[in-house]
Amino acid sequence: MKKYTQDHEWVEIEGDIATVGITEHAAEELGDLTFVELPEKGLDVIVGDKLAMVESVKAASDVYAPISGTVKESNRELEDAPGLINSAAEQEGWICKIENFDVVEIEDLMTANQYTEFLAKGK
Amino acid sequence: MKLVFDKGSPGRTGSSLPKMDVPDESRIPQSLRRSTKAELPEASELDVIRHFLLLSRKNFGLDTHFYPLGSCTMKYNPKFHERIAALPGFTLLHPLLPQLRRGGALTQGALEVIYETERLLSNLLGFKQFTMQPLAGAHGELTGVMLIAAHHKAAGETGRKVMLIPDSAHGTNPASAAVAGFETKEIPTDEKGNTDITALKASLDNSVAGIMLTCPNTLGLYDQNTREACNLVHEAGGLAYCDGANLNAIIGRVRPGDLGFDVMHINLHKTFSSPHGGGGPGAGPVGVADKLVPYLPISRVAKRSDGTYALEYNHDNTIGYIAPFYGNFSIILRTYAYLLTLGREGIPRISENAVLSANYVRQKLKNHFDDASRERTCMHECVFSAARQARNNVHAIDIAKALIEKGIHPPTIYFPLIVKEALMIEPTETESRETLDHFIEAMIEIAELAEENPEKFKSFPSTTPVGRLDETAAARNLDIANLAGQQ
Repeated sequence: MKKYTQDHEWVEIEGDIATVGITEHAAEELGDLTFVELPEKGLDVIVGDKLAMVESVKAASDVYAPISGTVKESNRELEDAPGLINSAAEQEGWICKIENFDVVEIEDLMTANQYTEFLAKGK
Repeated sequence: MKLVFDKGSPGRTGSSLPKMDVPDESRIPQSLRRSTKAELPEASELDVIRHFLLLSRKNFGLDTHFYPLGSCTMKYNPKFHERIAALPGFTLLHPLLPQLRRGGALTQGALEVIYETERLLSNLLGFKQFTMQPLAGAHGELTGVMLIAAHHKAAGETGRKVMLIPDSAHGTNPASAAVAGFETKEIPTDEKGNTDITALKASLDNSVAGIMLTCPNTLGLYDQNTREACNLVHEAGGLAYCDGANLNAIIGRVRPGDLGFDVMHINLHKTFSSPHGGGGPGAGPVGVADKLVPYLPISRVAKRSDGTYALEYNHDNTIGYIAPFYGNFSIILRTYAYLLTLGREGIPRISENAVLSANYVRQKLKNHFDDASRERTCMHECVFSAARQARNNVHAIDIAKALIEKGIHPPTIYFPLIVKEALMIEPTETESRETLDHFIEAMIEIAELAEENPEKFKSFPSTTPVGRLDETAAARNLDIANLAGQQ
């Protein structure tokens, strides 16, 4: 199951793991990313907490937790290659994986179709 | 262009020194001496003169080009103030002099300058007192929010940890509040470009320490809810902070202290005619209402009953030292000269002409770019969106490069963040109608080119010493020592 937030994060749940990143749209708006501040393993977050920070040539922006839980691991490859988010924001450009979550929390978030509609409305 | 290190030839010097005729019996111990030779450029005086003169001719600055960099108030600084600031009576003063015995008598002029500038700014902006200490705008912000923290602490209200900040405020505001230990909460902007009062009301409780409003805000608009926002925050027990970086829009027309603000920083390097850019030095004095006076930083300049001036350090509730000595004194001096040059009649004409210039540009360009000013009269700057051009793959950055191609400094781009593809243009009051018309013409040509030949933009700029820089690579592979260039 993959869901989207109004702050342009995505979260995909597979079994016990929720993978989190920023959307392709967000990556495109930010432009070339130059730095990603990743969360530490073991960090407990609740929905809306600052999870990470992404910085581009245009702006720096916080990434908020779309789901509550514990950070299991962060995508260390982003440290040397933040551009992964530009080339594949919703695949290799994932930011972190979260465990110990409650899937109910993301039921109200947007589906891919709803997110596309949400973006269209904003334009 | 070659570095000065790559010029000249081995052994060449700028001047021939006579042979040393005293024995080299330095008492500097071996451990403190350098073990390898210093690598200095080996060049003649003429090599060096040509090097730096050529470099200076490649400079792109306010004294050579129009510089409408929004939010930065890049206005012309009259050279008269530079002359005042260069007077040896000021430049040769040692900063420790007023603290030496009888030194105070030798520094009365300098102390008077600080005292009088504080007094003039307090009158001009409606505050009880000013501190001239902060060394930059963000330093002023930090000082301001520390004063707010001191106020709540003294009142025993240690639970007030939240600083409210509209999304149309300067980006440094949340940073300053966070550095001072506050949590920040963003307040949205309503459809008119004002602080959203409903959202503000919903955020008010006894955890709120205050609100930081940028006045006018980063949309270049005067926030029509300023008074109400200040009142609401006061009723909830918080204080109101004014970011005065955009003071050029309202100076001499409205006194922020009268609107209900308790504390405000201003940027002398923006509004008050002191050098700006290239790393400063800046100055961000802070004005406060009565209730915050006890917490002002030390030292403070006091006027004694006999008319002489002295530095004071004994204030029990002060937040203490925030900077060495007395602030950036020579910047304060330029401000004093600027205030006295313009006087009561001249100062309101700053904002009058700054606002007129911005609205002139806005009216002339609003059919060519999307107007982000929400159908309102803008203040000292106008904000457009290049969203229309972006559909042809010409983005704000490409428009900036096209302006450089035409010998004009670009406006601020991608800020404010709440406007897509933002172009923030601040012409200032010191530019002539002809310069503004030249800029407008250039912008219209660029808008037309974006329709006709969008591909062309990728080649800009081609008329500059260096072409399109790879900003991404520069940020990802930072190389300030030019190691790659030396390999």
